Amino acid sequence: MGNRIIYLDHAATTYVKPEVFEAMKPYFCEHFGNASSIYSLGRESKKAIEEAREKVAKALGAEPREIYFTSSGSEADNWALKGVAAANKKKGNHIITSAIEHPAIMNTCKYLQGEGFEVTYLPVDSDGMVSLEDLKNAVKDTTILISIMFANNEIGTIQPIQEIGAFAREKGILFHTDAVQAIGNVAIDVQKMNIDLLSLSGHKFYGPKGIGALYIRKGVKISSFIHGGAQERGKRASTENLPGIVGLGKAIELATENMEAYNKKLLELRERTIEGLMSRIPYIRLNGHRTNRLPGNVNMSFEFIEGESLLLMLDMIGVCGSSGSACSSGSLDPSHVLMAIGLPHEIAHGSLRLTFGEENTQEDVDFILEEIPKIVSRLRDMSPLYEAVKNKK
Amino acid sequence: MYSQKVMDHFSNPRNVGEIEDANGVGQVGNAKCGDIMKMYLKIEDNVIVDAKFKTFGCGAAVATSSMATELIKGKTIDEAMKITNQTVAEALDGLPPAKMHCSNLAEEAIAAALEDYRRRNGLAANESVDCNGCCSSCHHSEGREDNFDEDED
Repeated sequence: MGNRIIYLDHAATTYVKPEVFEAMKPYFCEHFGNASSIYSLGRESKKAIEEAREKVAKALGAEPREIYFTSSGSEADNWALKGVAAANKKKGNHIITSAIEHPAIMNTCKYLQGEGFEVTYLPVDSDGMVSLEDLKNAVKDTTILISIMFANNEIGTIQPIQEIGAFAREKGILFHTDAVQAIGNVAIDVQKMNIDLLSLSGHKFYGPKGIGALYIRKGVKISSFIHGGAQERGKRASTENLPGIVGLGKAIELATENMEAYNKKLLELRERTIEGLMSRIPYIRLNGHRTNRLPGNVNMSFEFIEGESLLLMLDMIGVCGSSGSACSSGSLDPSHVLMAIGLPHEIAHGSLRLTFGEENTQEDVDFILEEIPKIVSRLRDMSPLYEAVKNKK
Repeated sequence: MYSQKVMDHFSNPRNVGEIEDANGVGQVGNAKCGDIMKMYLKIEDNVIVDAKFKTFGCGAAVATSSMATELIKGKTIDEAMKITNQTVAEALDGLPPAKMHCSNLAEEAIAAALEDYRRRNGLAANESVDCNGCCSSCHHSEGREDNFDEDED
């Protein structure tokens, strides 16, 4: 393998594609004008921003005027929740979300609870799916927002967004979805899916870090929280991250153009990995829905061993992955997502997430199918929990 | 994150295994917090002639187990009792603050195994040194109070 790393953590972040980087470059040193300036250098920047905005709109089936650039997916999530809550608090104070959202949603909801809002966290089944029945039962007269993530970052499960959107529309309740992991992997049409607000983040689909967007359907009442200049239709101040925006536009254009072929390739790698690991390693389970999951997402738990050790050993052979174990997250509890799907603590601690991307190959899969069983075996030989099971035989 | 010594003890752990005729065995930690250490001791004439371990846990957990067994081999029981989590952490050139509790576990595993030896030889009351992290009354969760803070995260 030499010194090449096998990067299998695309859900955490992706490299910037060369075409995206090329598109961004002129906007640092040459075409650097402030888009709010009157002279032509400024107007050119404005034009570049509006072109990028059109690309984002096209990718979502929205109008350009409904796209607002933010610093990140986290900011988009914060704005959607806090902004809708603040603007609609006379109508009600109840928000419905799920138990498996990204921390940018979870912690914002917790914050809003401290500010007098009531939040229902819908449970999920053992595959990580939200139930429409539970949603229907949770709705009250005071419900002002439903926020359910499109696809989960850890276990890959894709939610029934179209049904949720249809229901929310029928009830006249605003529907937000954190689509950060879904862009480029699932076709999104905000009209068809009755989505009112949507968060996305550039660095998950081969764009730069530090740029995201919030889609806000025309007519949705939302308060601002970055006050200042009149940028982004007066709703989100700050001089625009020009290169970032251009990069985001290019990246989302590439992502949607090539989605089918990309997904097909990822699916092959995913399936070979899941089947390969399951056939080579005993006491193993797949986390998340078997088929209704992101095409590049593999999340397995290996009993009797712990995730951080697994990652360290993978790192030693040049493989980058992630885990839902407590040790690897720095907290005492394993991932809330794995807990929500009902995994016992010790199984959650032994989880490994591998997420494929553009540059991965079948050879990468060959390598990990060869090496992961060895690593698991080695860690099991060190584990008092495996010893207990071995001795029972 | 981890020192070279920690990575060495993690990738080449010393003394992994079981001792069939061990006369002191201690297991501490729990699956809930993701760290379990089991220590086997062979004690003859008051000296720890052999020590082995099995650990379910992170890089720091494996490294501290490995270092702990190295530190106590050849020591008398009294000398082994003096080994603290600080000794283990220092021998590894330090641990990140969030991982110091793993060194606590190593200290406790030694104590548990020695406790077991004493119990088998009729020398100790039936105290348990198992930690389930419920409180700090036994001081076993000292240094990691933050990890039990509900408000965090």
